[in-house]
Amino acid sequence: MLLAFDWTQLAQQIVIGLASGGVWATLAVALVLIYRSTGVVNFAQGEMAMFSTFIAWSLVHHGLSYWAAFALTIAISFLGGAAIERAVIRPVERAPVLTVVMVTLGLFFVVNGAARWLWTPETRSLPNAFSTRPIDVAGVAFSIQDLGTIAVSLGAVFLLWLFFRFTKLGLASRAAAVNPEASRLLGVRVSWMLALGWGLAAALGAVSGMLTAPALASFDQNLMQPVLLYAFAGAVLGGLDSALGAVVGTMLLGVLINLLGTYVDWIGTELRLPVALAVILGVLLFKPTGLFGRVSAWRV
Amino acid sequence: MRQRALGTALWLLLAVAVLVVYVLAPRFVSDFHTRDLAHAGVFFIAIVGLNLLTGYTGQISLGHGALMAVGGYTTAALVVHEHWRDVWTIPLAGVAAGIVGFLIGLPALRLSGLYLALATFAFAVAMPSLLKKFSGLTGGGQGLRLLEQAPLQVTGLSGTVTLFGHSTSQNHFLYYLTWGIGLVGFLIAWLIVRGRLGRTFRAVRDSEVAAASAGIDLARAKTTAFAISGVYAGVAGALLAIQSEIVNPLSFTFLLSILLLVGTVVGGLGSLPGMVLGALFIQYLPDLSTHVSTAQGVPDFVFGAAIILVMILLPMGAGGLLRRLAEPLTTRLYTRP
Repeated sequence: MLLAFDWTQLAQQIVIGLASGGVWATLAVALVLIYRSTGVVNFAQGEMAMFSTFIAWSLVHHGLSYWAAFALTIAISFLGGAAIERAVIRPVERAPVLTVVMVTLGLFFVVNGAARWLWTPETRSLPNAFSTRPIDVAGVAFSIQDLGTIAVSLGAVFLLWLFFRFTKLGLASRAAAVNPEASRLLGVRVSWMLALGWGLAAALGAVSGMLTAPALASFDQNLMQPVLLYAFAGAVLGGLDSALGAVVGTMLLGVLINLLGTYVDWIGTELRLPVALAVILGVLLFKPTGLFGRVSAWRV
Repeated sequence: MRQRALGTALWLLLAVAVLVVYVLAPRFVSDFHTRDLAHAGVFFIAIVGLNLLTGYTGQISLGHGALMAVGGYTTAALVVHEHWRDVWTIPLAGVAAGIVGFLIGLPALRLSGLYLALATFAFAVAMPSLLKKFSGLTGGGQGLRLLEQAPLQVTGLSGTVTLFGHSTSQNHFLYYLTWGIGLVGFLIAWLIVRGRLGRTFRAVRDSEVAAASAGIDLARAKTTAFAISGVYAGVAGALLAIQSEIVNPLSFTFLLSILLLVGTVVGGLGSLPGMVLGALFIQYLPDLSTHVSTAQGVPDFVFGAAIILVMILLPMGAGGLLRRLAEPLTTRLYTRP
C-alpha cells in the first residue's frame, strides 16, 4: 500500500494547494491591512474584490488584454476602496466595533447588489492569465498557471511590504495604525491614512479576484464568497494582525485543505469549507493570537 | 405617591394597548399579509433572544441562524420521524437549541468582540454543509417536508384551526401562535433584564474585570446568556419550520444570521421594545425595496444602504430613538417634585 503511494501526485497536490492558498493570501492580507488600521474585519472585502473582477471583465470585454485590464483594475479599485472609506467608514470611525462591523455588512449587500444590477446574472469567464501547459520540474508536471498564480500573489504582497517598509508614506500609515494620537501630533493625517489602507486593501482584493476568476470555467456575482471565508480562516490561523502570518496561514490552509480533500474520502470536496471553518474555531479556541499574532495585553 | 400611581396606570394602559394591537392587527390586513406578520414574529422572537446576548451581555453572535436551524430541524425531525404534532415540538426545539447555545458559549469564554463574531460566523457558514452531510436525519439537500411526509401532524392543514371553540384560518392561527409566543418571550426577557440576572449580564457587558471583581462568575453568566438566547432562537426556528412546512439547508444560510444581527442592531441594542421595529425592518425592507426597482440587485443595494444609513444616523438603533422620545415623559413621572 505504502509502495503504491504516488509522490508525484503529492507534489502536484501541494503546488495546487499553494496556488489556491496564494490567491486567498492576497485577500487575507487585505483583511489584515484593514484590521490593523481600522480594528475591524471587513466583511465586504470579498464583495469588493468581486466588483473589481467584474470591472476587469468589462475591460477585457471591450478589447483590452488581460494584463492591461489587470493594471487598470488595480488602479480603479484603489480609488474605489479609498472612496468607500471616505463615504461610509469615516462617519463611524469612533463608533464601537459592532457599529463598524454592521456598516461593512451593509456594504456587503450594497456592493453585491450593485454588481448584480450593473452586470446581468449570466455566468461569464475571464481568459487565462497564464498558459495551462504543464512544465516539467524534476520529473513532476506542474501547471504554469498554478506557478504563475503563486508568483503574482506573492509578488503583490511583497510589493506592499516594500511600500510599508521603505517609503515615508508607508511609515506614516504604520504609525497611524499603531498610535493615532501621537501620529496626529507629529503631523500625520491619520484619517487619510485609513483611506489609504482601504484603497490598498481594495487593490489587493482586486488581484485576488482577478486570479480567482480565470481558474474557474465560469463565474458569477458569488465568486468571492468562499474565497473570503478561506481568507478569514488563513488570516486567523496566521494571526489577524500579522501580514506575514496571513500569507503563511493561507498557504498552509490551502495545502491542508487540498491534501485532505484528495486523500480523505469522507471530506472530499463538499466538506472543504467546514474544514476551513473548523480551523478558524480551533485556532480561536487554542491560540487566539494565531501563529504570528501579537499577544494583546492592556492595563485595567 | 400620585406619581407612582400614574406611572402604574400608564404601564397598564400600554400593556392593554399592546394586547389590543395583537388581537386586532389581523383584521386590518389581508389573510396573505397576516402570514408576513407571522414571519416577522419569528424574527421578533429570535432577535429578542439575540439582544439578551449581544445587547445586554455584550457578546456578538453572527451564528444565530444556525441555532434557528437546530430548532427548525428538531421540529421537522420530530414531526417526520417521530410523528409528533407540530406545535408540541416547540418546547423541545427550544431546549435543543438552548443546549447547543450553551455549547457555543463554552468557546466564547476565551473570545471577545470581533473574534467571537468570527467564530460564531464560522458556525453559521458551516451549518448548511453539515446539514447536507448528515442526510439520514436531515434529509440532506432536499430537507424535510412536513406537509408531504407527515401531513396529519401539520396543524391547520384543512384551512381552519379550531381553538377553544373559535375557528380561524391557518394564517391567522400562525400569526396568533407566533406573536403569542413572542409576547410571552418578550415578557420573560423583560423580567430577566429587570432582575438579578439582567444586572449580572449588564455588568459583564460594561466591564468584565469589574464584574469579576464584584464576584460575578463570568463563565456562568456568559454561558447562561448563550443558552437563554439559544432557547429563543430554537423556538423561532421551530415556528419558522411550522410556518413554511419545510426545512432545508437553504432556509438557514449565514445570510439569516446576518439578518438577525441587523434586526437587533437596527432595533437597538439593549432595547427590548425596539425589537418590534427591528423585526419589521428585516421582514419588510427587502420587500419594500423591490418597489424602488425590481431590477436584479437593486433590493439588496437598497437594503444594504439602509443598514449603513441607520448605523451612521442612529447608532443606538430605533430603540435609542424611542428612549430619547420617551425621556421627557418618563423623567417627569419618576422625578420627585
